Amino acid sequence: MSPSARDARLLRWLAFAAGLASAVLILIVLFLMQESWPVIARYGLVHFVSARGWHPTEGTFNLVPMLAASAATSALAIALATPLGVAAAIFSRFYAAGIVGRLLHWVIVLLAGIPSVVLGLWGLTVIVPLILKVAPPGTSLLAGSLILALMILPTIALTTEAALASLPSAYGIGAAALGLSREAIIINIAIPATKASIFAGVMLASARALGETMAVLMVSGNVVQLPKSLFDPVRTLTANIALEMAYATGDHRASLFVSGLALTAVVLALAAVARRSGGQVVHA
Amino acid sequence: MHSLAVYRSAHRIALRDRTLQLLVLAAVVVITSTFGWLLLDIVWHGANRIGWEFLTAAPRSAGRNGGIAPILLATVLILTVALAVSAPLGLATAILLSEFSRPGGRAGYWIGLSLDILAGVPSIVFGLFGNAFFCVWLGLGFSILSGGLTLACMVLPILIRTAESGLRTVPNDWRLGAAALGISKASALVNVLIPAAAPALVAGLMLGIGRAMAETAALIFTSGYVDRMPASLLDSGRAISVHIYDLTMNVAGGDRSAYASALVLIALLILINGAASWLAERTLKRRITAS
Amino acid sequence: MRIGTFLLAGLVLATTMQPASSAEGKLVITGSSTIAPLAAEMAKRFEEKSPGTRIDVQSGGSSRGIGDARSGLADIGMVSRALKSDEVDLKAFAIARDGVSLILHRDNVVSALSDQQIVDIYTGKITDWAEVGGKAGPITVVNKAEGRSTLELFLHHFKLKASDIKAQVVIGDNQQGIKTVAGNPGAIGYVSIGTAEFEARAGTPIKLLGMAGVAASVENVRNGSFPLARPLNLVTSAEPQGLTKAFIDFTKSAEAYDLVREQYFVPLGP
Repeated sequence: MSPSARDARLLRWLAFAAGLASAVLILIVLFLMQESWPVIARYGLVHFVSARGWHPTEGTFNLVPMLAASAATSALAIALATPLGVAAAIFSRFYAAGIVGRLLHWVIVLLAGIPSVVLGLWGLTVIVPLILKVAPPGTSLLAGSLILALMILPTIALTTEAALASLPSAYGIGAAALGLSREAIIINIAIPATKASIFAGVMLASARALGETMAVLMVSGNVVQLPKSLFDPVRTLTANIALEMAYATGDHRASLFVSGLALTAVVLALAAVARRSGGQVVHA
Repeated sequence: MHSLAVYRSAHRIALRDRTLQLLVLAAVVVITSTFGWLLLDIVWHGANRIGWEFLTAAPRSAGRNGGIAPILLATVLILTVALAVSAPLGLATAILLSEFSRPGGRAGYWIGLSLDILAGVPSIVFGLFGNAFFCVWLGLGFSILSGGLTLACMVLPILIRTAESGLRTVPNDWRLGAAALGISKASALVNVLIPAAAPALVAGLMLGIGRAMAETAALIFTSGYVDRMPASLLDSGRAISVHIYDLTMNVAGGDRSAYASALVLIALLILINGAASWLAERTLKRRITAS
Repeated sequence: MRIGTFLLAGLVLATTMQPASSAEGKLVITGSSTIAPLAAEMAKRFEEKSPGTRIDVQSGGSSRGIGDARSGLADIGMVSRALKSDEVDLKAFAIARDGVSLILHRDNVVSALSDQQIVDIYTGKITDWAEVGGKAGPITVVNKAEGRSTLELFLHHFKLKASDIKAQVVIGDNQQGIKTVAGNPGAIGYVSIGTAEFEARAGTPIKLLGMAGVAASVENVRNGSFPLARPLNLVTSAEPQGLTKAFIDFTKSAEAYDLVREQYFVPLGP
């Protein structure tokens, strides 16, 4: 077989595989729409932002407090995890190339693999009582954000690490030749050059944070309300699905699929923003 | 005057250098100490439960006593199915994206976008989808196969993205060199590009495995709850994270077994990670030096 | 790509490989996560005494049990409450009883609450322990998520609506409630009596609160004097026959009582 014929065949296979991969997403979205359709058709989309609270057994389905809670916990988690994650990547790239840097890398990879239930359990038995000492009930927006920050930190750290590693070594050599200090190299060259990748990583971490379920359910209190302070208990969209899905029937069940659809829409917007910014991404 | 200014600015640079160093160090200390705290907590509560019996016996009394052998086997089988499906599919898509699609092209953009969304779909939605599609519609029932296929959908974006960025970091000269020698793209991929990108491919695989092993919500509705030794891929099997969830949330007095299972899970991750990075380095050395 | 084809072939092969025992008789049971651990243990013992049978228990919630039993996806559904008026098409078989008790942190000095006080606390009219004779401090009200059968039982008993309740923490499963109250000296919650008794004995810092003068204990659930109790049901869409009937009979028999006790529920007989 000639090289070009082999390549054409290869390309067909590859296209088939890629098509299958994207088909999964379409299937999932179609599935969500089909399941949520009955309640959307009955109540209309406006109901989900204007109803008198979330009382599914009494027929009112207002998603706004949960959208706000998801946004707030994720935003706070990102604000906490981004500096930590970027710092961790800078550390292993610029300060400790040897065994210490590798050790940190391992800590981060392992953190990515700890089941969210375990993180949630730790949060409930360690973090929540600590917050309770400051302001009851302890299970709160803050607790949820802290645990989420821990969960998404690997995504940000590993993305940044990969981006820093892919910088052409000529950058570093040139900068060193100019007599720039390490700080100047990091602040003025390395970070700006990898800004796009870091940003894309942060966007992905946001998607992960918005989608996280079990850990948040265990530590953030799950009261449906607009949070007024860091110490208020909140219920995120995902916790709402996980808490009630097993016991829901009819319209109640369908309204939980609307939660899922709303979440997917938010993630879609985030992904679009991340792609506009360009840059390489490592998923974690 | 002049020399004083130079001295001052040098001083300031040194100071800023130190401040940044301190900040970075502080962040690293925060991360490692939190992780250490978490790990110690798990070891503290779970270590005395671990032993040969825990690894080889079946759970008794809803998991409070006995071991986790069937659960370990089910976990490994689910993971195998997930990777056997998602790894080839993921690699192929990554190759298409990095080697065959123009940067900024339409097809690449849409595939990429759909993957990014897929990466953010909450795992419980994957669970519900998997239940409706694999268990009911395809008629696979609650089975290791259903669970593995659901997880395959879930880790696909992770595998594709890491493989894609790994392939993109291979210097373009190598592709040009291969093309100049008249080698087909297919054999260039097999002999040069994939070996060169192996560390990145493995890193992605590790992240995927980590994510898959830690998964609860997607598996409760697909691979199920049965904690018996699975006899085939069509049997229901309880994954280790589902076991941990049930023990902590649903079984009074199950915490010690839950922590012990978490410890086993972490040990497993370390093992898989170590083996894979060793393998990756070896493949890289052999392939590149041989060719 | 040859490897991919190979794998695909392997998978296809695997799907056609039926478990050897399926011909002998297999039951699928789905539903309430409260009953699932109990049913799984019962299934194991049943399999041992009738070789060749296979009983798969899947967890997922009472409504799932109802739905799957109706659609035929499951042979038996698990429902951790009495059937509702729109569910009378199903046959229900109680296999155990479970009481629901209010729990406080062990360090809380309050030792009894009247029904009216409980209602006032849960509707947000009383927000400080000082108002009910305790040490001054805010009350953390722990409630169950909407749709849970324990919530429905609680609401029904106190004649409340879901939207009346002003909670500070909403929880899902039983153990989450116990852990939440154990970690918060100002909390009040309600959970399954058997597990609460077990946890209190095992040293978890919680205590059970009697109701209307009746102590919260497994004994009082059994003799029917405790007001807040529910049946744990197995449900089927038609009159059970064959293996289904054999298994349900087994779960209700004295042979399974020790398993019921082991999961901290109340067996039907002594």
